[in-house]
Amino acid sequence: MSWTRKILRVNLTEGTCKDEPLNMEWADKYLGQRGLATKYLVEEIDPKCDPLGPDNKIIYATGPLTGTTASTGGRYSVVTKGALTGAIACSNSGGFFGAEMKFAGYDMIIVEGVSKKPVYLTMIDGNCELHDASDLWGKSVWEVDPAIKAKHQDPMMRVAAIGISGEQGVLYACVVNDLHRAAGRSGVGAVMGSKNLKAIGIRGTGGVNVDDPKKFMAVTAEKKAILAENAVTGQALPAYGTQVLMNVINESGALPTRNFRDVQFEGAHAISAEAMAEPSGIDGKPNLLTNAACFGCTIGCGRISKINEEHYTVANKPEYWHASGGLEYEAAWALGAATGVSDMDALTYANFICNEQGIDPISFGATVGAAMELYEDGVITSKDTGGLEMKFGSPEALTTAVELTGKAEGFGKELGMGSARLTAKYGKPELSMTVKGQEFPAYDPRGVQGMGLTYATSNRGACHLRSYTVASEIMGIPEKTDPHVTEGKAGLVKAFQDATGAVDSSGLCVFTTFAWTLDDFAPQIDAACEGNWTTDKLAEVGERIWNMERQFNLSAGFTAADDNLPQRLLKDAAKTGPAEGLTSGLDKMLPEYYEIRGWTKEGVPTNETVSRLAL
Amino acid sequence: MNITLKLYAALGDFLPPEAHENTIDVDVPDGATIGEVLTGHQVPLESCHLILINGHYHHRDSAASTQLSSGDTLAVWPPIAGG
Repeated sequence: MSWTRKILRVNLTEGTCKDEPLNMEWADKYLGQRGLATKYLVEEIDPKCDPLGPDNKIIYATGPLTGTTASTGGRYSVVTKGALTGAIACSNSGGFFGAEMKFAGYDMIIVEGVSKKPVYLTMIDGNCELHDASDLWGKSVWEVDPAIKAKHQDPMMRVAAIGISGEQGVLYACVVNDLHRAAGRSGVGAVMGSKNLKAIGIRGTGGVNVDDPKKFMAVTAEKKAILAENAVTGQALPAYGTQVLMNVINESGALPTRNFRDVQFEGAHAISAEAMAEPSGIDGKPNLLTNAACFGCTIGCGRISKINEEHYTVANKPEYWHASGGLEYEAAWALGAATGVSDMDALTYANFICNEQGIDPISFGATVGAAMELYEDGVITSKDTGGLEMKFGSPEALTTAVELTGKAEGFGKELGMGSARLTAKYGKPELSMTVKGQEFPAYDPRGVQGMGLTYATSNRGACHLRSYTVASEIMGIPEKTDPHVTEGKAGLVKAFQDATGAVDSSGLCVFTTFAWTLDDFAPQIDAACEGNWTTDKLAEVGERIWNMERQFNLSAGFTAADDNLPQRLLKDAAKTGPAEGLTSGLDKMLPEYYEIRGWTKEGVPTNETVSRLAL
Repeated sequence: MNITLKLYAALGDFLPPEAHENTIDVDVPDGATIGEVLTGHQVPLESCHLILINGHYHHRDSAASTQLSSGDTLAVWPPIAGG
């Protein structure tokens, strides 16, 4: 149990919704969510298919612990071939949508084909239907969510939707659920839009059955106590959120600034967690109102913020005066340091628009940073930008750009291609800070060496959440390693990648790993699920998932040459801070990584590895 | 000698009111250690998890023996994480 053992298959071409039994043999090998959905995807699509074509599929998948009383049991993932990357895409989101899917009686939704006209899907317990969405097309997430609740006269529905950006093919469009939680990366929202699927509304009134309820309650209570007593998950994350990292990473000389030209940002404090809690210079009120938690979460790292009503972005727009999802570290970095903008209200406004229109703030902010460098180098001019002065540090450029990109209008159409395509169009591909077409997050590989290998080998394109070695290299979790050396990082990255693959397939949040190890996950999964779930089995599942994703990418046409970093990070040393003089030592780490992985020198899993992992 | 002291997150409460952006320049005796500077500001050493001197990590156990130099920046956090 704990899986509902039921899938909904939606064929948009035929307009049908059919229930299917979950493949329990696969569940035993891939657990759920990221792993299990990826297994379905790789079995069902041609890896070479056009991500935005009719042959791609998009899967919304929970894990076995989603919807249970385990702490953070609200996660689901959107799995597809990424619009931004052409690689395997798996974007993980919190909020309440995933748990509601379980309450409605489903482990996952597989969507295939293309609808002739815009539609949305409802799942009300076991009753699943497609509806005309003509009146919702062209609307934002913030308009669609309440509209669907009103149409079905149920304010308790949980809605995941795309904004205008997803309809218009912005390549890093998100799927946003519960208004401000997002499956954010790799353009999963663009895939959803390509299928003319505007939204999914779910209402479930059932529960989630676990294998051994008494044991499950005992073990989840024990693990919640660990989270509560841990200084990070019990105190720091609820009080400061992920944004507490802004000053940490800046002091560590690893805060990518102005499109990775610099590694420290003079405006870091102004956009940090500490600044969010301080009274604003305009109205004396802080940006941060409170923290917030997703379904079942006992950490509560989310930020709820408010834009100063007198700020230029909203002075004449009272519709943005309400409280909503505030800046998390990655968004604050991309919208701020990557663009050189240190105006907290401008960043918060841009973040609101990213949620409202469903665009990934990491790829958006990083793309704006690349466009600003193109502009300052004279490669593009105001003629190309429709009059927009794309200068580093300009809050007006940032906030106008986000409005345009959210609706794919004017220069926003070009920004919506992502930095790889944008810089290539203007003959400067070296200015795109990407791997496999996806923009880097908020850690400079020159100052945190393990993150260079993390980015280069990430199956979904540059990503911090595939192996967050920052935890070890900067924060000393679970143990401190030196961020400036390459020795030992291949093994560290592999260990993080495999463990994260299992966590991402469980239905729980990766932030628990600041306090938990796989030893804490295993007994919770074992109590909830049939089968014998041990730490070793979870590690093996994680490794199997990583290799399965790798095989998909190889079949899609990626090679070892794509496990690389931009020349800026390999050739141009950090100019300031503790990493001054360092470049990324990727060339020292990658061969060892391939060897540890059981891959050939060409980065291909050997027959022995494939056999060992039963792939 | 003069150093720059930065206390972040919950440790910010131990900064004097004149601190700006979690930062203050302070005069300390020549050769002062990390531990002496922190205890001088009533910062409980057991609350200090991440200690950086000019961005370089120093383990808390070395606080009593690690001397600062004039012009150093000492930045300290309680247990924190993000992502």
